[in-house]
Amino acid sequence: MSEGTPPLLIGRWTDASLTDALLEPTRRRPRVLTVLLGVTGLGTLMLFAAIGWTFLAGIGTWGNNIPVGWGFAIINFVWWIGIGHAGTFISAVLLLFEQPWRNSLNRLAEAMTLFAVVQAGLFPVLHLGRPWFAYWLVPYPSTMEVWPQFMSVLTWDAGAVTTYLIVSVLFWYLGLLPDLASARDAATTRFRRRAYGLFALGWRGSVRHWRHQRRAQLLLAGLATPLVLSVHSIVSMDFATAKLSGWHSTIFPPYFVAGAIFSGFAMVLTLVVPLRRLFHWERFITARHLDLVAKMTLAMGLLVAYSYAAELFVAWYSGVPAERHLFFDTRPLGPYGWLYWAQMTCNVAAPQLLWFRAVRRRPWALFVLSIVFNIGMWLERFVLIVTSQHRDFLPSSWDLYVPSLIDGALFFGSLSFFAFLMLLFLRVVPPVAIAETKEILHERGTDA
Amino acid sequence: MRSGLLARFAGPDALAAALTALRDEGYARLDAYTPCPDEAVDAALGGPPSPLARFVLAGGLSGAGLAYLVLWWTQAVDYPLNIGGRPAHAPLAYVPLVFEGAVLCASLTAFVGFLLLCGLPRLWHPLFEVSLFERASIDGWLLAVDDRDPRFDDEQTTARLQALGAEAVVEVAP
Repeated sequence: MSEGTPPLLIGRWTDASLTDALLEPTRRRPRVLTVLLGVTGLGTLMLFAAIGWTFLAGIGTWGNNIPVGWGFAIINFVWWIGIGHAGTFISAVLLLFEQPWRNSLNRLAEAMTLFAVVQAGLFPVLHLGRPWFAYWLVPYPSTMEVWPQFMSVLTWDAGAVTTYLIVSVLFWYLGLLPDLASARDAATTRFRRRAYGLFALGWRGSVRHWRHQRRAQLLLAGLATPLVLSVHSIVSMDFATAKLSGWHSTIFPPYFVAGAIFSGFAMVLTLVVPLRRLFHWERFITARHLDLVAKMTLAMGLLVAYSYAAELFVAWYSGVPAERHLFFDTRPLGPYGWLYWAQMTCNVAAPQLLWFRAVRRRPWALFVLSIVFNIGMWLERFVLIVTSQHRDFLPSSWDLYVPSLIDGALFFGSLSFFAFLMLLFLRVVPPVAIAETKEILHERGTDA
Repeated sequence: MRSGLLARFAGPDALAAALTALRDEGYARLDAYTPCPDEAVDAALGGPPSPLARFVLAGGLSGAGLAYLVLWWTQAVDYPLNIGGRPAHAPLAYVPLVFEGAVLCASLTAFVGFLLLCGLPRLWHPLFEVSLFERASIDGWLLAVDDRDPRFDDEQTTARLQALGAEAVVEVAP
């Protein structure tokens, strides 16, 4: 390590003190988190009320219309599934590249992925109109004697998102087993010992166990890496296979993946910066971790900017009047033009601040920027989805899209539900991987 | 290990040294318990690498095959739809779902295979009755000698473990 590079683990630690410090969040519950749990719990109730109303009254309660058939639901779906990419990226891709800095971030990022994918999954199911028939997407021998149409990208979507959720859960739980065993062994009450013991499945930490566990982790990482690239590629094909200006584009799969990882890293920063302050994690999630996450965010932000440029170039170079009209008139100058410029400010201009070390070393600057990026990425999906539909090839069918109250309740409800699940996770699961941080301790010593 | 002796060492280096010494002396049924994976301890214990990769390959290939079979049967054989004259058996359009099927089955194989190879879930084990084992996952660097080992002798092995620097040696009863 070169001189002046900040360490990945600060302080003098023993295995025992490290375990104790990392289990702290499951024992000590800061009041602010309890209050937040209550608030987000109310928000979650609002989400379920909105879902209930959608079940009863149908999706006519949403702002969707003709020509804008895909509104908030699809925007939220793409946004959430995008956020769900960073967890697997941090856990799997950085594991394959043997980046030790992933070790103290992976657990939190994986939990974030799981909970984001849960939110994402809600929206397309609700958007079906009759969500109780969602199981029709699964090929099962039914009395109707027909099968799902697997030539349709929408069925690929269902397969990709479900696979991603299952693989993410397995990967997360596999890494969690040894830490649940630590929580079991360090438990102070009989109930905690039993509860953690049950979920630890009897993990004993034998060298042979570790050998199989590490091999399984490596294999799952190898499987999850192409998977994480496939999920948003398939989501992007929902758009790319449609013959609509602004959607029908071959750059979509890589463009969507870059945007997804960009927003995911931003969400990691949004969560990590306040939590590290609250639980005094500065010694395991050090300035170096934040610096590296910020650099990854910048790299992904540049890829996003490149994709925007490529989209504009292809629209111009194609010579197709409808494409040119969309990219050079409707989007920048149309009724949603202000959202387009806000998107460009958030996703193209703001990330350039991360070139400066002074910004990357200030956690609260990163926190504010990460929220700006997340807003920007949500706006990107809004612009992409709504502007392409609201002025299509036939000017007589042009119309505006205005979300309804139920749309708002579903979106903010899903934000609450996500935060609610994250807060519950913090209360029961060691949020920083214990065994992996110990590995850093033994490989690099203290002040590694 | 079901019964035998359990010894605690100060850290990974002492544990690895003791494992190497005992193996050189001909002990064959050794095991070690560590709070985190450690390369030196792993190398000192020896033994075959995990065979998981082969299972996962088989799982992945079966997943891909199964997905292809479902797609081909449902789309081309049982209920073919004529959409603008496009072929019902369209391998290129099957790629994404065949890939997802492969990854899903391979991942499930990796997880279930890991559990089977480790003999988990197993909520009770004789080791959990030993007080020395209570900190195994926290800071216990433990060495276990099975009493079925041909070189096992209660007193001599205990003495040997202590000579190798064990901080504590206890008996594990089945």
